[in-house]
Amino acid sequence: MTEPAWVAGVVVIPLVGALIAVLAGRRAAPIAVVTAVGAAVAAAALVRQIARDGVVEHAVGGWAAPLGIALRADGLSALFVAAVAVVGTAAIVYALAHPGTPHRFHAAWLLGWAGLAALAVSADAFNLYVALELLTLAGATLVALASEAAALRAALRYILLALAGSLAYLFGVVLLYAAHATLELSALGAAVTPGPVTAVAIAAMVAGLALKSALFPLHGWLPPAYAGAPAASAVVLAGLLGKASFLVLVRLWFEVVPPSLRPDAGLLLGVLGAAGALWGAVLALRQTRLRRLLAYSSVGQLGYLFLVFPLGTGPALAGAVYLVLAHAAAKAALFMAAGSIERACGSDELGALRGLAPRMPLTFLTIGLAGLTLMGLPPSGGFVAKWLLLGASLETGQWWWAIVLVVGGFLAAAYVFRVLRLAFLPAAGAAAIARAPRGAELPALALALVSLGLGLAAAPPLALLGAGP
Amino acid sequence: MSAWQLYALSGLAWFGVGMWGLFAHAHWVRKILAVNVAGSGLFLVLAALARRATTPAPDPVPHALVLTGIVVGISATALALSVARRLAEVEATARLDEDATHEPAAPPAGADARAGGDAAPPPAGGGAPP
Repeated sequence: MTEPAWVAGVVVIPLVGALIAVLAGRRAAPIAVVTAVGAAVAAAALVRQIARDGVVEHAVGGWAAPLGIALRADGLSALFVAAVAVVGTAAIVYALAHPGTPHRFHAAWLLGWAGLAALAVSADAFNLYVALELLTLAGATLVALASEAAALRAALRYILLALAGSLAYLFGVVLLYAAHATLELSALGAAVTPGPVTAVAIAAMVAGLALKSALFPLHGWLPPAYAGAPAASAVVLAGLLGKASFLVLVRLWFEVVPPSLRPDAGLLLGVLGAAGALWGAVLALRQTRLRRLLAYSSVGQLGYLFLVFPLGTGPALAGAVYLVLAHAAAKAALFMAAGSIERACGSDELGALRGLAPRMPLTFLTIGLAGLTLMGLPPSGGFVAKWLLLGASLETGQWWWAIVLVVGGFLAAAYVFRVLRLAFLPAAGAAAIARAPRGAELPALALALVSLGLGLAAAPPLALLGAGP
Repeated sequence: MSAWQLYALSGLAWFGVGMWGLFAHAHWVRKILAVNVAGSGLFLVLAALARRATTPAPDPVPHALVLTGIVVGISATALALSVARRLAEVEATARLDEDATHEPAAPPAGADARAGGDAAPPPAGGGAPP
């Protein structure tokens, strides 16, 4: 165990960058680029450190917990921080090239970056609350950057439901602190005993985090927010911010929740996750706009993640975390592609896609490659994730989850091919389209290739995940 | 029942009232207020817990949490209110546009000019009734 002060850099660099970007106003773009490079270097250093030495701990400013802020980074933290750095940097490159990105995007996204990093390296329940609230603020701002009434309504719903979720979570934290006088996750895990207080506290925290993760049937706020936000905002919302609450839930579940409470509650979360996986995919099939289709696809993919709760640690946890990574890259790539298409055609109506593939070959290559992860087909990262989840469900004798995974994959194939089929049909007329800038198409393709690469080279990330509980 | 328990229980009641209000009310500002009521209830519980210790000095950890929580709550409230105001502005101009096309005489001169400016690109139907 080591204590390097630069661990805090993964949080402090984007946070300072966000403040400077606010002050810089319209000239925020170069600051965002410099900050992204700095934060990405810090993330790479953290990954390297954890791969070599295992868990890293650091007390910020030398103040020990409980009054100080204790940071703790394990393999899961390293992987998530790395995903944030890769997708986040690509999103900034995309934002620079995509015409019409609001200049305030950079400050809001850097704040979100800081919140995601803080969440990844937090070791106590209250720090996690602060990180979740930073993400509420950043996420709602990212949605509210759009100026249409529908997007503003979606942003308000986003804030209020996220606040309600955070308050439910904080309510549980307060109860646990009242009972056990500690906030540290590992100490809480050692102290909790099954009983009414623990049950109410855990139920409130899980319900709050499930609402924030858009678990079925609490997913209604997500599609209008993702579909109404500016293109670059939707990229980081769908790619990264949407998974944050799930990671908190994973930490809570495997470090704090008493094992005797896990089977029943886990089954409930698994059933809701499975229902969300299928319902999200069915609704994605019925959408008439590309971005709403992708948003409902996110509801479905987030549903699979909740299968980890009935399936337990080991391969299932590895599979869920791997799906977070693969889906982060793939869905960010898809929302970039959708933004480029919307820009080129003036609309993201699916009807406007007819005959578009030959005119935007890079964008549709991106959709095809990233679509492999949504479908869970080899050799994508989504395939590795689903393979691990499938193996876990058969190994533990819970074959019904395997059916959900397979059926969900077919439904995903149906909506991905619906988009691709339209694009390869002959064009109805010679509608004029604006050219998508290369700078917007290339980061999308790069992320789609990352989601594919996660399938081709799965061993190093999975080994890193083993570098800590 | 000791004093801190009374405060803690009232805090819980406040939290319940706030959460109920969040889902019961339709108006955005009422919802935002309800979230604040719920948050204040939780802070009251935390402040009461600080007094639970038998030592003469109260437990400092809940105080630190309440202070952090208040900062977070104020930021979120400010953001929610500013978005709500922008929404009201956007919806008001949208309604003004409708008024301008349906009853051109109604709005006063200043509002009329503003609405006309906002509605400048689309109103093909307004000027040419059959």
